Amino acid sequence: MLKIQNLHTFYGNSHILQGVDLFIKKGEIVSLLGRNGVGRSTLCKSIMGLVRATGSIYYNGTEIIGLPSHQIAHQGIGYVPEDRSIFPGLTVLQNLELGMKNVKKTGRWGLDDMFRLFPQLEERKNLQGELLSGGEQQMLAMCRTLMGNPDLMMIDEPTEGLAPRLVQEIGDFLQEIAGHGISTLLVEQKLSITLNISQRLYIMGHGKIVFEGTPQNLEDYPRIRQEWLEV
Amino acid sequence: MLEFVTFSLLNSLVYGMLLFLLSSGLTLIFSMMGVLNFAHASFYMIGAYVAYQVSTWVGFWPALLIAPGIVGIIGALVERYGLRKVHQYGQLAELLFTFGLAFIIEELVIMIWGRVGVDYKIPSSLEFTLFDLFDTSFPAYKAFMLVISVSIFLVLYYVLVRTRVGLIIQAALSHPEMVGALGHDVPKMFMLVFGGGSALAGVAGVIGGNALITEPAMAAQLGTIVFVVIVVGGMGSLTGALVASLLISFLQTFAIGFDYSLYDLVNAMDTWPFLSEAAGPWNDLLHVKVAQTGPVLPYLLLVLVLVVRPKGLMGVRET
Repeated sequence: MLKIQNLHTFYGNSHILQGVDLFIKKGEIVSLLGRNGVGRSTLCKSIMGLVRATGSIYYNGTEIIGLPSHQIAHQGIGYVPEDRSIFPGLTVLQNLELGMKNVKKTGRWGLDDMFRLFPQLEERKNLQGELLSGGEQQMLAMCRTLMGNPDLMMIDEPTEGLAPRLVQEIGDFLQEIAGHGISTLLVEQKLSITLNISQRLYIMGHGKIVFEGTPQNLEDYPRIRQEWLEV
Repeated sequence: MLEFVTFSLLNSLVYGMLLFLLSSGLTLIFSMMGVLNFAHASFYMIGAYVAYQVSTWVGFWPALLIAPGIVGIIGALVERYGLRKVHQYGQLAELLFTFGLAFIIEELVIMIWGRVGVDYKIPSSLEFTLFDLFDTSFPAYKAFMLVISVSIFLVLYYVLVRTRVGLIIQAALSHPEMVGALGHDVPKMFMLVFGGGSALAGVAGVIGGNALITEPAMAAQLGTIVFVVIVVGGMGSLTGALVASLLISFLQTFAIGFDYSLYDLVNAMDTWPFLSEAAGPWNDLLHVKVAQTGPVLPYLLLVLVLVVRPKGLMGVRET
């Protein structure tokens, strides 16, 4: 579904991504691990066309590198950024409506589905997005992207700063959408959630992929964990 | 006194709404695209000149529609084929681009219509007194200016708050990258906002050019005040632009009507006699009339707002 080959990204003179290779199959949950600053968020932004990159990004057989982000979104890729980017001044309902790419064409997901997944959002649908708690904002950001009917969701640090109960809720959400055939690229720090729900893992270090395997593979090599994940 | 207050209020309302027409487009462009458009007031000037030219051929009423349309198209083309290309070189390049554009437009206007102002007249159908109050008359054309600018404010507010395009514009004011990642064509939206903002400036030129004066210096005269308005009102806030436009207009209009100085106040109160005997520069300062401070008041307000509330009166982010 997604195949990245030899991806390079620069911020000015800084060489952030130094030849990344990665693939995701349909319906897979793939986690991207690594310490802060290794380039995980930059990888998501490069895929989404938000930063300029060189190399190849094939999505369903189409080269998408160099396309503007709105065209990449229309190809079926959704992105939930780390800062959630909730639109201030707009209500929860308006934030969700903006997730729809086309109001005339209904997708797999509607408002009712979002409110079923996270009933808190329905209770607060007329509240301004910036007034929600951190957990609720995360739910809103994920649902807003889902409203655009993506086949691949890239979610950057969804559990950051959230209570354990909410982390569990978000894990359940990711598994539910995977059950509908949606692939997920999950950028995470918490091993607890990634080991439980991912089919495969990548670990990044110094702008490169330094490990690729299953959660079981990672458990089998504690040295990898020590070298690339532990502080 | 009642006469002074009533007519100052009416005049400041008319001038304030004209300022709003100009600043509403600029504040949207500024906060959405991060472009400090120095050429914005030039679009106001183009609106006035095109309206003058068109009105000599087909009259004022068609010009009221044609001129803003032409200015809007010019604005959209400037964004599409100028600013968008310059954008990759950063904000300084964009700033210089709009700065240069303002000069080019002014020179073009001089080449076509000359250095002296043109005879752009109020339409004869609106050249009458609407009402007389006390000993002063209020012209119908000022009421027309007010009706046009208030109507545009209402339409703009409706579009921004009630329509999907408006929601996308509002969202792009804070997180344009996210709006693009959700599948909305942000560059197209930028072009629409830039063209629309220019068209609004064009409307201000059409209705203000004949009430004030249509000359090559008109852009520079209003240009700086418009920047004060968007900073005081708060970037990206349409309501802020409205409040700041009216506030600045009230301040200037009322100040001009006050022919008093601090010296008069001190004398009248008779509390600090030593002040009235002050010599040198202090004495000069005491004798400055409020009317003389009118032009500088908006800039004093600008400095005050930047120090006390950098977000502006109703802005959501730092200036």
